[in-house]
Amino acid sequence: MEAANSLTNYVALSAVLFFIGVIGVLVRRNPLIMLMSIELMWNAANVALLAFAQAWHNNTGHVFAFLVITVAAAEAAIGLAIVVVMFRSLHRIDIDDVSLMKG
Amino acid sequence: MTFWILAFVLIASAVFVITARRPVHSVVGLLGNFLALAVLYMTLSAEFLSVIQIVVYSGAILVLFLFVIALLSSGVGPFNVGPDRMPKALIPALVIAIGALGFVEFAIVRAPLLTGNSGAPNALPLGAPGKADVFGSVKDFGIALFTQHVLPFEVTAFILMVAVIGVAVLAGEGAPAGNWRRPREPIVKPSEASKV
Repeated sequence: MEAANSLTNYVALSAVLFFIGVIGVLVRRNPLIMLMSIELMWNAANVALLAFAQAWHNNTGHVFAFLVITVAAAEAAIGLAIVVVMFRSLHRIDIDDVSLMKG
Repeated sequence: MTFWILAFVLIASAVFVITARRPVHSVVGLLGNFLALAVLYMTLSAEFLSVIQIVVYSGAILVLFLFVIALLSSGVGPFNVGPDRMPKALIPALVIAIGALGFVEFAIVRAPLLTGNSGAPNALPLGAPGKADVFGSVKDFGIALFTQHVLPFEVTAFILMVAVIGVAVLAGEGAPAGNWRRPREPIVKPSEASKV
């Protein structure tokens, strides 16, 4: 019973962290802070993966948390490269200025 | 008790990340968030992931963020950030996100499957972090990674290679710095077009 409560708490915490990241992406217009909010969302997913891994006593969750960390690192690198290129071209950073691909 | 302290630190630092005015302050909030997450992973007996969290996130990703912030603010004048249009999007975004969060939390609390069981037939027993032959130890994780889950591991290598090539193409020497802004009016004005 203790373990059940604890798993619910961990998954609930993971959902709260995920939605804080969602609010950050929706509300902020600074691409750097939007990227940081995306990192918050990756980490929330990791908390859920590891909590389920421990509850089911199965280390597949650990392997996929490792995969998530790698993908998050790659995403941060590419996202920051895009921010740098954007700054080089526009001399300011504002996500609303990047509208080249708007239909 | 540990869980509630960690939950408070995690939520407070995450809120600080998305509300801080300056990106550097956000990075500091994110650092606190990552360190608290590393401790949380320890309580989930994932010691290897806990170390990876500190090494990769706090050591690599945050430093990357700091480098970019330093690079962008090193020119003449202050860090030129556009206005944060928070008020316009704030209310709808909060309504949608908190509504979805309430729904998800309701589902989590009511879900019957969150009871757990002992799962894998040959799983190692739970134990204190730092012991070799327990669930979540480096040995356990390594065996799982290199025997049963080799394909995700190789996908990881491929993703990193794609990221390296992508960054080199995007931001490397001689990358085209085109105009990212959508032209507000046609580039060839009608009066000039008639002259041609």
